[in-house]
Amino acid sequence: MEYHELTIGSAREKLARHEISSVELTSALFDRIEKYEEGIGAFITLDREQALAQAEKADQDLAAGKGSALTGIPLALKDILCTKGIKTTCGSRILENFIPQYDGTVVSKLKGEGAVILGKTNLDEFAMGSSTENSAYKITRNPWNQEYVPGGSSGGSAAAVAARFCCGSIGTDTGGSIRQPASHCGVVGIKPTYGRVSRFGLVSYASSLDQAGPITRDVRDAALLLNAISGHDKLDSTSARVPVPDFTQALDQFDKGSLKGMRAGIPKEYVSAEGMDPEVEKVFHHAKQVLQDLGVEIKEISLPHAEFVVAAYYIIAPCEASSNLARYDGVKYGFRDRSSDDLMDMYKKTKSRGFGLEVQRRIIIGTYALSAGYYDAYYGRASKVRTLIAGDFSKAFETCDLILSPVAPAPAFKIGEKTDDPLTMYLTDIFTLSANMAGIPGISVPAGYSSKGLPVGIQMMARKFDEMALLRAGYGFEQSIGLARKFPDL
Amino acid sequence: MKISKNEVEKIAHLARLEIEDSRKEKMVEQLGNILQYIDKLKDADVDGVGGSSGGAIADNVLREDRPEASPGPSITLANAPDRDEDFYVVPRVVK
Repeated sequence: MEYHELTIGSAREKLARHEISSVELTSALFDRIEKYEEGIGAFITLDREQALAQAEKADQDLAAGKGSALTGIPLALKDILCTKGIKTTCGSRILENFIPQYDGTVVSKLKGEGAVILGKTNLDEFAMGSSTENSAYKITRNPWNQEYVPGGSSGGSAAAVAARFCCGSIGTDTGGSIRQPASHCGVVGIKPTYGRVSRFGLVSYASSLDQAGPITRDVRDAALLLNAISGHDKLDSTSARVPVPDFTQALDQFDKGSLKGMRAGIPKEYVSAEGMDPEVEKVFHHAKQVLQDLGVEIKEISLPHAEFVVAAYYIIAPCEASSNLARYDGVKYGFRDRSSDDLMDMYKKTKSRGFGLEVQRRIIIGTYALSAGYYDAYYGRASKVRTLIAGDFSKAFETCDLILSPVAPAPAFKIGEKTDDPLTMYLTDIFTLSANMAGIPGISVPAGYSSKGLPVGIQMMARKFDEMALLRAGYGFEQSIGLARKFPDL
Repeated sequence: MKISKNEVEKIAHLARLEIEDSRKEKMVEQLGNILQYIDKLKDADVDGVGGSSGGAIADNVLREDRPEASPGPSITLANAPDRDEDFYVVPRVVK
């Protein structure tokens, strides 16, 4: 056995049986990171010393029989989750030296379960992007082929899992930022229902859409992480007071007939989507058959307002971003430009030099759409379209339990291919944005490969708070298609 | 809808951004393309439809109004780019 081959599930078993120690596992992963990280660029910050201290503590707890759900399991966190005492940059120059004074709730929950935090992963600046090329620090490369992007914005988290630098990771998803990089990197990603996971200490991009979730090597690992991070939090008033089931339960009792009678809808509007790559279509068609063989009933459904999703999202998200990012003014924390002694000048120079171009673009779109005379035509209208989009999903879920679609219209693209054309980049988010707009959960599961050997995933969406349906179907699919645990040679 | 260079400058000022001259033209073009695409929203029939701002639960969220200790200035101001004891320092406002 090689340490990096261990999933969260298998590492837990070996740790519990004292066959390995967390210090051994953690050290082995750092050695692997040291060897291959230069090519991949998954991390912004690594903290070997602190991770090993956490691992040592975990080993003591395990020896004393005091292990929790994730005791001694090495994880990586997207660098947009506040970590006490560890720099949290959001991939931005404006937070280059920002050291949070507190842990976000997701982080404190993971630590509370005994997880070991290896470091903070790269992302598109403030999670704005679909390729991780918008980071102020580095480009992350796809571990399957380093000429290609890993997807984004949680590209560092997905690449770290695919490269087997960590047992699992946490990403965030505002419009597909967990599911799309998971698909491009051949790993599993879940965007939970809005409100399932606390956003406290998750640096805001678009507050009504943001949600943190697991990126893992298999579906069961995703269930384990989801168990750890879910639940109401008094520090986030949008987190939901709903019971959190043990997400692994349905998987442990899974057998071949478990999915019989489940109904999955395929939106006819997605099938005819522009820019669909035939290779993705082929993988999707095969995935459909795999689910059918498991007894899932496949039917055509309609999401009549699907054509408006990208336009509505790229108003609502930038509007919220323009408001959320106003706080970076060079006064309270983060970068300050010191070349001027005039206050207005200081603000402007700080923001213009601290934020990258994509962030500035979205701030300008949001400010424009919210400005006097334009509010009704843009934000007002987009929020009404959002109601229609959510209504489409409610109606669809009257007759089906899952909605199936590709994750992205095409496999990962080449680094640099779309950086000059933001609109084309936005259009690649077409299948993932809806789940955020409607507040429903979505999972991305590996489903095949392109002719170039790049991974392609499928997406399933479910009713609010029915992550269990996603996990069950995802687990059954993963077992049948037999792609789980296939990873790139670095 | 296309957007003019003047409008972009005005909006940038509202957002406290300044766009370098060398980048302005490209920014105006990119924003124009994006806004033109967004014009699609005009085709949506939203008559009688209410807006929604997200959130999974529609219930109001209330808590007991009980004072709790604040973290205090040493923590709150720890990341200040410039401070004088318990105050943020900013460029002179009144001249």
